[in-house]
Amino acid sequence: MSQKERIIGGVANYVDERTGAAKWLNKNLKKVFPDHWSFMLGEVALYSFIILLLSGTFLTFWFDPSQRDVVYNGSYMPLQHVQMSAAYASTLHISFDVRGGLLMRQIHHWAALLFMASIIAHLLRVFFTGAFRKPREANWLIGVGLVTLGIVEGFLGYSLPDDLLSGTGIRIAEAILQAIPVVGSYIAFFAFGGAFPGHVFIPRIYTVHVLLLPGAFLALITIHLMLVWYQKHTQYPGPGRTEKNVVGYPLMPVYMAKAGGFFGIVFGVTAFLGAVASINPIWLYGPYTPGQISAGSQPDFYMGWLDGLVRMSPPLETHAFGHTISWNILIPGLIVPGILFTGMALYPFIESYISGDKREHHLLDRPRNVPNRTALGAMSLTFMMVSLINGGNDLIATHFHMSINQIMWMSRIGIFILPPLAFVITKRICLSLQRADRDLVLHGRETGRLVMLPHGEFVEVHEPISPEKAWTLTSHIQPVAISHVTEDANGVAKPKALINKLRSRMSSANAEQAPAATISEAKELEGGHH
Amino acid sequence: MSNNVNNTHGVERFQDPGLPEHIHRKADHDEGAAKKAERQVAILFLLSAVGTVLAIGSYIFMPQDIVVFIPIMGDQNAAQLGLGLGIAMATFFLGMGAVHWAKTLMPDTEVIAERHEFRSEETDREEFAATVKEQGGAAGLGRRTLIKRSLGLAGGLAALTPIVMLRDLGPQPKKELNTTSWESGTRLVTDPGDRPIKPSDLEVGAVAQVLPALKAGEERTLENVGKDAVLLIRLNPNEFNLDSERLSWTHDGIIAFSKICSHMGCAVALYEQQTKHLLCPCHQSTFDVTRAAKVIFGPAARPLPQLAITVDSDGYLVAKQPFTEPVGPSFWERNSK
Repeated sequence: MSQKERIIGGVANYVDERTGAAKWLNKNLKKVFPDHWSFMLGEVALYSFIILLLSGTFLTFWFDPSQRDVVYNGSYMPLQHVQMSAAYASTLHISFDVRGGLLMRQIHHWAALLFMASIIAHLLRVFFTGAFRKPREANWLIGVGLVTLGIVEGFLGYSLPDDLLSGTGIRIAEAILQAIPVVGSYIAFFAFGGAFPGHVFIPRIYTVHVLLLPGAFLALITIHLMLVWYQKHTQYPGPGRTEKNVVGYPLMPVYMAKAGGFFGIVFGVTAFLGAVASINPIWLYGPYTPGQISAGSQPDFYMGWLDGLVRMSPPLETHAFGHTISWNILIPGLIVPGILFTGMALYPFIESYISGDKREHHLLDRPRNVPNRTALGAMSLTFMMVSLINGGNDLIATHFHMSINQIMWMSRIGIFILPPLAFVITKRICLSLQRADRDLVLHGRETGRLVMLPHGEFVEVHEPISPEKAWTLTSHIQPVAISHVTEDANGVAKPKALINKLRSRMSSANAEQAPAATISEAKELEGGHH
Repeated sequence: MSNNVNNTHGVERFQDPGLPEHIHRKADHDEGAAKKAERQVAILFLLSAVGTVLAIGSYIFMPQDIVVFIPIMGDQNAAQLGLGLGIAMATFFLGMGAVHWAKTLMPDTEVIAERHEFRSEETDREEFAATVKEQGGAAGLGRRTLIKRSLGLAGGLAALTPIVMLRDLGPQPKKELNTTSWESGTRLVTDPGDRPIKPSDLEVGAVAQVLPALKAGEERTLENVGKDAVLLIRLNPNEFNLDSERLSWTHDGIIAFSKICSHMGCAVALYEQQTKHLLCPCHQSTFDVTRAAKVIFGPAARPLPQLAITVDSDGYLVAKQPFTEPVGPSFWERNSK
């Protein structure tokens, strides 16, 4: 036994004699993780969260979350002797008078954008591959919770410096609170400690931003990862991969090295962005005052779709009995996002209800093999993109010399027309890709080699594909439409007839597919050809 | 119901050929290649170390006021750039080294682990259900409705306390959303500067932001500005398209509107001289100045409130009367006609 082995044995012995964890550790250090690039997206989110905790802690050492009036006398000349809040002044101090302070601010902001972008990408991956299906519905719900909290946390974060741009965002948030029927003005006055902007808002959102929400994130992320661990990771279909196994690399050493290394890479990329790419230069905006504004006011991208929805809303208000209801704020600001996020949270249960599929799934779907779901995803994405583009309509108008009114009208019409169109087109593309898979399995790969037959006919030589590939292209689930009985033998409508009819329809739309190729068909073709 | 139509009705389906045979990497059997990979990993780790030296060196030794020009990126603070690039190198190459190590030298044979259905054995499930029934029954929750209901009541009430305790977060709104500092005779003063204005200070086509003059001993708060900010615009009097009352609220072609958007409270700051339109940069609500800020585009549902103005005996612009309606975004108690 070498010296090194003795030390490792000693450590293992020390740990086990105090925790009895040898068996558990042995099992888990050998735990298998499937490998695929798309599984990194969630990892990026996790790592950027850690970067956010580290860089955010650094910022709290100097940031003064107070709206007390101060006169600036730091080293940024253009704002010398300007009256401003302590929050804004301390943000300037971090940016100009703390070495590495601006870098950390920019790393923090870039990491926040990366956090949201990777969460969204991860969410899309999980959605389009069906990883949310039984038994992982709970983790989907936690994920929806995380993305929602992420939007709030990001918004509160960029509101803290109390600059002109962020204050405008807060002003809009206040208007949304104020628009809530019956209790709105009370909620707004309680939240802001009186009339807007007041002197308590920054300290309050600071507590929420650095304590409450990060705590919630930590708890949710911990449960999220424990569930991944316990339920084992999903895997893409392929030869040797079944619902009953996990094919991949053990945690120690490969996955540890790859994951740890990947954290370094994510940190490096974020630090690079923080070093070279300016973000949120608050000193250019000036301190917040409700009477001023800068043109081209934009939220961060994960809020942009909300802003875009508000922008495209028609001017609807109800004035009756001495009360005002602002539909132009409530619909785009609360009702539509509420419906979208509730629908997203409930989706796993809706899909299972429609397909009648109550089995466990550990093999992922190729998006084309589930045309309805993929089309629904494309539809939601299109909705979000139209909203997001409209959120930047002023910038698009100035950059591309277009009329802002036309862009707005395109969005107003597009938000109704484009998503259903995206659904139909995506579904057709999925079905075509299924047929292409089928052709590939049955006819083989086109080699591009032309051969002249003795009687002069030219044919392209097709080469049979490998058994591995054939299996990958044919092993997916072939959904079956369920028809629910709507009337009894005498033609009398049963209770719930309407719901059952609807469910049957959705089920058959959901089951629309090009059947996977079979060996029988391949043999039949073979016979026919020769 | 079976969705999995494997081998039914005599249809022969493709079979799983099993995990493909493992293809070894060069470094697995060639000691030279392995050594080379080891060197590559070491170089990556060394690059990381260089990054740390650069970062700490920039932090300590680089003066804070050196600006370097870098193509595309423009002027950059050298100390901040050195520190940032150093940290980026240190972490990035550390990560790259670890990943390269894992990919070239650590075992890359795929391992198969078994997965078990989460559903327990039928006997366990039955026992579990029986236990829950029995133990739950022992507590009598199902039978003792009085306990159940009073527990629900107490629990629900207990949750109210934390909500009630938020009451002191702020005062009640009372009438505050309905009022501004403008009174009849309040002088219009420039913002910034607090100088009173005469009509002659504004040329035709000009715009000015004004606030109400402060009374002695008063201080201006942001809460005031958020409600009091007013925009003055001077047009040719014949360009107005107003009813006689609203026309009487103007003075010599000067018209005054609340600057706080009637949609969500942003400052309506963009005035287009050619079209006489005011545009809110937040959501692009557009108001026609000649028609008393009527909404001609965008999500705002109400015109900007107009402030009636005139001149006092000294010839300075003053408010004729307070705003006749609340300024800013809508709220439930707002009585909009």
